[in-house]
Amino acid sequence: MARFVVRRLLSMLVVLFAVSVLTFLIFNVIPGGDPALRMAGRQPDPAQLERIREDWGFDEPVYVQYLKTMGQLFSGELVSYSTQQNVVAEIGKRLGRTFSLAIGAAIMWMAFATALGLYTAIRAGRLSDRLLTILALVGISMPVFWVGALMNYYLGFKAGIFPNGDYVPLGEDPLEWLYHLILPWTALSLLFIGVYSRVLRSNVLDTLSEDYVRTARAKGLSERRVLVRHVLRNSMIPIVTLWGLDFGAVLGGGAILTEAVFDLQGVGQYVAESVDQLDVPPVLAVTMFGAFFIVLLNTVVDIVYAVLDPRIRLT
Amino acid sequence: MSVKAEPGPGDIRRTGASKPLVEVRHLKVFFPIRQGFLVEREVGRVHAVNDVTLGIEQGETLGLVGESGCGKTTLSRAIMRLVDPTKGSIRFRGEDITEAGRRRLEPMRREMQMVFQDPFASLNPRKRVGQIIRMPLRLHGAPRDEAPDRVRELLRRVGLHPEHANRYPHEFSGGQRQRIGVARALALEPSLIVLDEPVSALDVSVQAQIINLLDDLQDDMGLTYLFVAHDLSVVRHISDRIAVMYLGKLMEVSPAQELYSKPIHPYTSALLTAIPIPDPEANRRRGRVAAGGGGTPRGGVAVVGGEPPNPVDPPSGCVFHPRCPRATELCREVEPPLARYRGGHLAACHHPLNVSREETVATTRDPSSPLSAGDVLPDGAAAEGSLGTS
Amino acid sequence: MSSGPLLTVRDLGVSFTAEEGVVRAVDGVTFDLLPGEVLAVVGESGCGKSVMAMTLMGLTRFPNARFEGTAHYKGLELIDAGEEELRRIRGAEIAMIFQDPMSSLNPVMRVGEQIIEQIQAHEGVPATEARERVAQLLDRVGIPRARDRVDAYPFELSGGMRQRVMIALALSCGPSVLIADEPTTALDVTIQAQILHQIQSLRDETGAAVILVTHDLGVVAEIADRIAVMYAGRIVEQGTVNAIFYDPQHPYTWGLLGSITRVDRARPERLPAIAGLPPSLADRPEGCHFRPRCPHEFDRCRDVPPLVARIDGDDDHLDRCWLPVEEKRERREVRPGEIGLGRKPGAAAA
Ligand SMILES: Nc1ncnc2c1ncn2[C@@H]1O[C@H](COP(=O)(O)OP(=O)(O)OP(=O)(O)O)[C@@H](O)[C@H]1O
Ligand SMILES: Nc1ncnc2c1ncn2[C@@H]1O[C@H](COP(=O)(O)OP(=O)(O)OP(=O)(O)O)[C@@H](O)[C@H]1O
Ligand code: SF4
Ligand SMILES: [Mg+2]
Ligand SMILES: [Mg+2]
Repeated sequence: MARFVVRRLLSMLVVLFAVSVLTFLIFNVIPGGDPALRMAGRQPDPAQLERIREDWGFDEPVYVQYLKTMGQLFSGELVSYSTQQNVVAEIGKRLGRTFSLAIGAAIMWMAFATALGLYTAIRAGRLSDRLLTILALVGISMPVFWVGALMNYYLGFKAGIFPNGDYVPLGEDPLEWLYHLILPWTALSLLFIGVYSRVLRSNVLDTLSEDYVRTARAKGLSERRVLVRHVLRNSMIPIVTLWGLDFGAVLGGGAILTEAVFDLQGVGQYVAESVDQLDVPPVLAVTMFGAFFIVLLNTVVDIVYAVLDPRIRLT
Repeated sequence: MSVKAEPGPGDIRRTGASKPLVEVRHLKVFFPIRQGFLVEREVGRVHAVNDVTLGIEQGETLGLVGESGCGKTTLSRAIMRLVDPTKGSIRFRGEDITEAGRRRLEPMRREMQMVFQDPFASLNPRKRVGQIIRMPLRLHGAPRDEAPDRVRELLRRVGLHPEHANRYPHEFSGGQRQRIGVARALALEPSLIVLDEPVSALDVSVQAQIINLLDDLQDDMGLTYLFVAHDLSVVRHISDRIAVMYLGKLMEVSPAQELYSKPIHPYTSALLTAIPIPDPEANRRRGRVAAGGGGTPRGGVAVVGGEPPNPVDPPSGCVFHPRCPRATELCREVEPPLARYRGGHLAACHHPLNVSREETVATTRDPSSPLSAGDVLPDGAAAEGSLGTS
Repeated sequence: MSSGPLLTVRDLGVSFTAEEGVVRAVDGVTFDLLPGEVLAVVGESGCGKSVMAMTLMGLTRFPNARFEGTAHYKGLELIDAGEEELRRIRGAEIAMIFQDPMSSLNPVMRVGEQIIEQIQAHEGVPATEARERVAQLLDRVGIPRARDRVDAYPFELSGGMRQRVMIALALSCGPSVLIADEPTTALDVTIQAQILHQIQSLRDETGAAVILVTHDLGVVAEIADRIAVMYAGRIVEQGTVNAIFYDPQHPYTWGLLGSITRVDRARPERLPAIAGLPPSLADRPEGCHFRPRCPHEFDRCRDVPPLVARIDGDDDHLDRCWLPVEEKRERREVRPGEIGLGRKPGAAAA
C-alpha cells in the first residue's frame, strides 16, 4: 500500500512533466503562436518586437524558455502574456467555483445514476424500465450547452425560478450557493446519469444471476440487504473507475461548456479563453492542474477499487 | 528391464528416451498473508505447493489426488502458468516457461488447456454457451463458418444437446456447466489438458461417458492429461500413474493399479480406507461415518483423524507425522526423501507399508525428492512395522 | 417429537420458458420428509434435482418460471408463500448447501461476515458473540486455523474449504430441514467422512431432516435412509436404501448402479455407461421418459407409468416402470454388489 502510493506519486511527476512539455511544444509550433507579435499590438516596429522578445526571453532556446516558465509556475510568478495577470492567482480565484461545480455534480450524478440503474435493473423488461431507458438515452444524447442554455433560458430567465448565471461562494451564503448551482449541476450531470445508469443496470443484471446472490437470499436476508450488500457492492466496482476519471476531469477544469453556458468563471472557462488568445502560461498551468487531478483521482480509484474487491492487490 | 537411463523425474513409465511433455522441478508456490492497512507486513505464507518435482510424459494421464487444500489446484494452475511460482522451474516440451511472459505463452496456450474446478466462475455469464465454446476456436483462427458445426459436435460429445448452445451459463445444472468447461477445453485439440475435478458434479453414468470420451480422445489424438480428482475410483480408471499430495508435497507416486494394491505411504493407505463403498450392508459393517472419520482400524492403519494441518506453518520432519499412526521420533525430526521402490514406485515415508525387507533395503533416494528432505532412507527393520500400531 | 412428516411435497412441477421451448425441469414430484431422516436424491445430471431443492426454498422464482403442486412445511405452503414468510424460514428453518461452492460465496466479502449475516438476520445476537460462534462452526467443519479464516476472503481458500464454509453457513442456525446439494463433491474422502458425520450429528441432536442431493452412491449407501431416483424431472423410483440397492425396480436405477466404478473390484477396460443421451427437458419423449434408452421398452411404455408401489407387501417402494415385478427381477443383471442394465431376452449378446 505505502509502496503503491509512492509509486503513484512518482508516476504523477512523470505525467506532469510529459503533459507540460507537450503543451509547451504545441503552442510553440502553432502558426501565429509568437507571443511577442500579439503583445506588441497592431503594426509593431521591429525594434519594439526585439525588446519584447528580450524582456520576456522569447529569443532564448525553447528548453530554456520551458524551464523558466516552469520555474515561474512553481514559484507562483507566472504571468499571462495577454493580460499580464498572475496565472496562479487567477486560477486560485476560480478554484472555488470549479470545485463547487465538480463536487456537487459528481455527487449528484453518482447518486441519481445509482438509484436509476438499480431501479431499472430490478424492473428490467417492465414498462417503467423501458420509459426510464428512453429517458436515459435522451440524457446521453443531449449536448450540455444546449440543455444548459435551455434551462438557463426557461427556468432562469423566463420563469425566474432559478438565478440566471452568477455564483455565490459557499462561505458567504450556503443556501444561495446551492441555489445558484442547481442548474449547472443538473446540466452537467444529465449526460453522466444517462451513461452511468445504463452501465450499472447491465452490471446489476449480471450480478443478479450470480450464485452468491442466491445464497444471500437463501440465508433469509431482507431483499434490501441482498440488493445493497451483495448486488450493488459488486456491481459498483466498474462504475467507480468511470466515476474517478470523470470526476478528476471535471475537477481539473474539464467542464468547460457548463462553465461557459452558466458563465461561472471557473477554471475551465479561463483555459478556454486563454486558448483563444494562444496565451501559453494559463493554458500550461491549467493543463497541469487538470492532469494532477486526473492522476490523483485515478490513484484514489485504485485504492477504493482494492477496498471494494479484495482480490485486487495494489502493487 | 535393464534400462540404465539417468533416473530423471517422471521417467517411471514409458522409459523411452523422449522428454516428458511437462516437467516440474522443485516447484514452490507460496501465498503471502499480509496484514495492516497503510503499511502491510507479511505475517506468514501459505505453503500451497512446497517443492514438488514431477514429469508428465506425452500421451500419459497423471492422476493427482490428495486432501482438500493440499495444493492440487495451485499446482495445476502453476503448470498452466496461471499463478506465478515462487521457486523452481516448469518446462513444457523442454522449454523453460517459468519466466515466460504473456507473449511467449500465447502460442502455448493453445496447446495447454484447463478445465477449472469451479465451472460456473470460469464461464462468462453474459455470453451464450455457444459463444463461449466458439471463442477459443475463433481466437486461434478457425474458419468462421466451421465454428458452429464444431460447437454442436463438441456439445454432443460431452453429452449436451446442440440446442443448448443458445443458453446462458446460469441456465445449466452443475454437471452441465462442468461439461461445458470440458467442451471448451477440447475445442482446440490441445496436447495437454489439465482437468481439475472435471467429473465431480456428474452422475456416475455421465461420469463414465466423459471418462470414456477422454479415454477415446487420448487414443485418437495422443492427448496428455493431468487429472485432479477426489474420487479415487475414477482416478484409478483413467490414470497411468497417480501422484498423492499432502500439504503441498508429494507423498507417493505410483503406477495406477499398484497404488491400490500396494499403497506404501500411510497417508495413501488412509485415503484408500476412507473410500465410501456403494453397498449399504458393507458400509454398515465398516462404520466409516459413525466413527466421525477417525479411528476405524483396518489393515493396521486407521482412517486419518486429527486436526487438518496448517499450511502456513507446516509440521517439521514428515508433514504427515501429526496424524500418522506409524510416526516416530525420526518422523518428527527428519523429512523423508522420496524413496524409489521397484517398478518406479516412489514414496516419502520412513516407515513404509506393504514392502518387504529386501525391497526396502534396495531403495534409493529419488532425485525428485524435496531439497529439504534428509538422506535417511527407510531400512528393512522399520519396514516390517515393528514401530507401527499394528 | 411429532411423528407426522416435516415436509410434504405433492405433484411439484417447475417449468422454465427458454429459447428452445418450455423446459419441464421438475414434473409431478411427490414425497414426504420425516423428521430425522436422510432422503437421498440421485439421478442423471440435469434431471432437475437442484431446481427441485431450490424451489422448496422459493429460490427459483424467475420471471420465466412456472410452478405447480404444493409443498407444506409446518403449516406453511412454500410454493406460493410470500417473500417475507419465506425469508423467516430461509436459513433458520430450512437451510441449503449449494452445489457450486466456488461461486456460491460472495467473492468480495469475508467468509465470517457472510455467516454472521445469516445469524444476525434470524437471531438478535451481538456481533462479537456471532463471531465467536462462526469461529467454532468453522472449526467444527474441519477448517484448519479456523479463527484466522473467519476473516479470509473466499479466493484465499481452496475449493474444499469453501465447501466447508458453505456447510458451516447452513448449520449455523440449527435448521430443521437441511437441503444439501452435493455437499461433499469437492472434498477428499477423509473430510467427506467428517462432514457426513456432522450432518448425521445435526440430525441426531436436533431431529433435523436432510435432503441429500448427490452423485456419490457410496455416500448414499452410507448415510441415507431412503432414496429417490430422478430421471428427466420425475422421480422414477423411491424406497429405502436397501430396497434401492438390493432390489432396484426401474431400469434407469439398474443402469445407474451398474455405472459405479468401485476400487474394490477389478478395473474394467471401459466404464459401463447407459448408452444414449438423456432427453432434452424441453422435448421429452412421451410416456416413460427413459424409453428411448431402455432395452426393455414395450408398447405400454408409451403411457406415462405412475409412481406407485408395485411390490406386494412393500408399500414404501414405489417406481415408474410398466414391467411386471417378476420380469424385472429376472432381467436385471445382479452380481453381488453390482447391477447391470440387463438385456432383453432374445437380444443378441454383443
Ligand atoms: N490466492 C490465494 N491466497 C492465499 N492462499 C491461497 C490462495 N489460493 C490458494 N490458497 C491456499 O493454498 C492452499 C492450497 O489451495 P489449493 O486450491 O491448491 O488446494 P486444492 O488441493 O486444490 O484443494 P481442493 O481439493 O479443496 O480444491 C490452501 O490452503 C489455500 O487456502
Ligand atoms: N433458469 C433456467 N432456465 C432454463 N432452464 C433451466 C434453468 N435452470 C435450470 N434449467 C434446466 O433445468 C434442468 C434441471 O436443472 P438442475 O440444476 O435441477 O439439474 P440437476 O439435477 O441438479 O443436475 P446436476 O446433477 O448436474 O447438478 C437442467 O436441464 C437445466 O438445464
Ligand atoms: S514418515 Fe513417519 S510420519 Fe510420515 S508417514 Fe511415514 S510413518 Fe508417518
Ligand atoms: Mg482445488
Ligand atoms: Mg444440481
